[in-house]
Amino acid sequence: MLKLNNVHQKFEIGTVNEKHVLCGIDLHINEGDFVTIIGSNGAGKSTMLNAITGTNMITEGTIIIDGNDVTKEPEYKRAKYIGRVFQDPRMGTASDMSIEENLAIAYRRGKPRTLKWGISHKEREEYKNLLAELDLGLDTRLKDKTRFLSGGQRQALTLLMASFHHPKLLLLDEHTAALDPKTAARVLELTVKLVEENKLTAMMVTHNMRDALRIGNRLIMLHKGRIILDISGEEKKKLNVPDLLEMFKKASGEEMNNDRMQLS
Amino acid sequence: MNVILGAFAQGLLWAVMAIGVYITYRILDIADLTAEGCFTLGAGITCKLITSGCDPFVSTLAALIGGLLAGLVTGLLHTKLKIPALLAGILTMTGLWSVNLRIMGRSNIAILRETSLITMLMEGGLSKNMAAIVSGAALTVVVIAFLWWFFNTELGYSLRATGNNINMIKAQGVNTDTSIILGVMLGNGLIALSSSLVSQFNGFADISMGMGTIVIGLASVIIGEVVFGRRSILNSLIAVALGSVLYRIIIAIVLRLGMNSNDMKLISSILLVIALCLPAAREQVSKVLKNSLRKGGSTNA
Ligand SMILES: Nc1ncnc2c1ncn2[C@@H]1O[C@H](COP(=O)(O)OP(=O)(O)O)[C@@H](O)[C@H]1O
Ligand SMILES: [Mg+2]
Repeated sequence: MLKLNNVHQKFEIGTVNEKHVLCGIDLHINEGDFVTIIGSNGAGKSTMLNAITGTNMITEGTIIIDGNDVTKEPEYKRAKYIGRVFQDPRMGTASDMSIEENLAIAYRRGKPRTLKWGISHKEREEYKNLLAELDLGLDTRLKDKTRFLSGGQRQALTLLMASFHHPKLLLLDEHTAALDPKTAARVLELTVKLVEENKLTAMMVTHNMRDALRIGNRLIMLHKGRIILDISGEEKKKLNVPDLLEMFKKASGEEMNNDRMQLS
Repeated sequence: MNVILGAFAQGLLWAVMAIGVYITYRILDIADLTAEGCFTLGAGITCKLITSGCDPFVSTLAALIGGLLAGLVTGLLHTKLKIPALLAGILTMTGLWSVNLRIMGRSNIAILRETSLITMLMEGGLSKNMAAIVSGAALTVVVIAFLWWFFNTELGYSLRATGNNINMIKAQGVNTDTSIILGVMLGNGLIALSSSLVSQFNGFADISMGMGTIVIGLASVIIGEVVFGRRSILNSLIAVALGSVLYRIIIAIVLRLGMNSNDMKLISSILLVIALCLPAAREQVSKVLKNSLRKGGSTNA
């Protein structure tokens, strides 16, 4: 489904600030995989997702999504394969536009935008039902601008938008990190439900070790732009947090350092 | 009373210009100075064509096309050459000065004795002010109706989202370069359309008549939205048009208080400063300015 071959990402090339953030990532993800990603601050987790989406063009290597080489494709062309939820709840929606307008935009992800009416009556009914399922009181607020929503409501809405039309890939970048624990748990639960019901292929960066172990069928650890650990299936199920920390120490020669990382 | 009627007429003639500024400033979130050169461009094209014996309708339509092209240049400079929007606008504006002189052939063209849309209405029995009000109001209503429809289409949604959250709309598969170019074209097309009508009312085009356009446009947008609200696109469009009228009425009152017409530019700047000091406007302005100074397309998450 997704293949990263020897992906390198450098920033500010040729200046004193040159940064080599991804140093040869090789990663093959199969259809239906749910991969959790952990690593220290600045390990390159977000940068890896930005390389996949085309937010940043990579300096070396190839990226193949569903058999298509997208390495040179701009972000907007890759969007048809990818649903995405960002860490910052404000990033996922246009805050001056209404809930239904945002949904309608996402409903047309990857399609040409025409002079047809932006939203149809039929869609509106469908959105109402989908929002009612979220049970966050959004189904009666279709015309409200998303700026008036709470962080949790926005992330839930963004998740719904990202999962429209069964994207080939769902990318989640610490999408519960900005939420209070109760809301975070709720959004995470919704995430797992959406991925399982729609049999999506997903990658989720998380700062919570337990979630990383509990959720998904595969776990990847990133360190200084390299994948230093890749565990899946039965092996992953048997792991606990201390095991993981020990493995990190052995693979990297350092202690895990992430100020947001929750060890328990 | 006549003063107020005159202000009302001016406000309606300039309303479409304010709506053009609204599109770049509010919808796309960039400060576009193309407006200044574009305003002269629209008037220059129209007056030149009218003096050459062209039909007033065709001459007005030609102004619209000229404005669209000016916007296209700025849009391309910003998106394809990655020049910050503010500088891209300045470049086009400066270049337009020479283009306008070429089109006009000299720095001032009078059409006082020619047939224009305004004289056509006056022949129908209207006073000059009434002719301005009728033509200005008709154009404004058509433009608002068109934009209300457009901003509610799929394409219109993507334009609005491009100004509002460019990262989000890219992730939804929209080519934001196209959205920006389209928006800047639309804004400048409307500015030229408005100036075409203004020149037919004034009976002349002058090379420096565009000076201050952006200040007047921004003042109308901000005054309109503060007074008449911005709950929806339609609300904003109507508010901006009314803001343009209100702006002219304020100017008329200030002139009555003893300022003379040479003080106009100073007055309009001061008026905008006052409008900008309103807390609601302040935050928005710094946001737009930051966005306009950013290189085109370089918006990384
Ligand atoms: N667009 C960019 N330009 C310059 N440096 C960047 C850019 N994006 C990320 N970086 C740098 O790459 C490093 C890794 O960042 P990131 O991928 O966000 O880490 P994390 O694993 O915490 O998500 C950081 O040092 C960051 O400053
Ligand atoms: Mg990150």
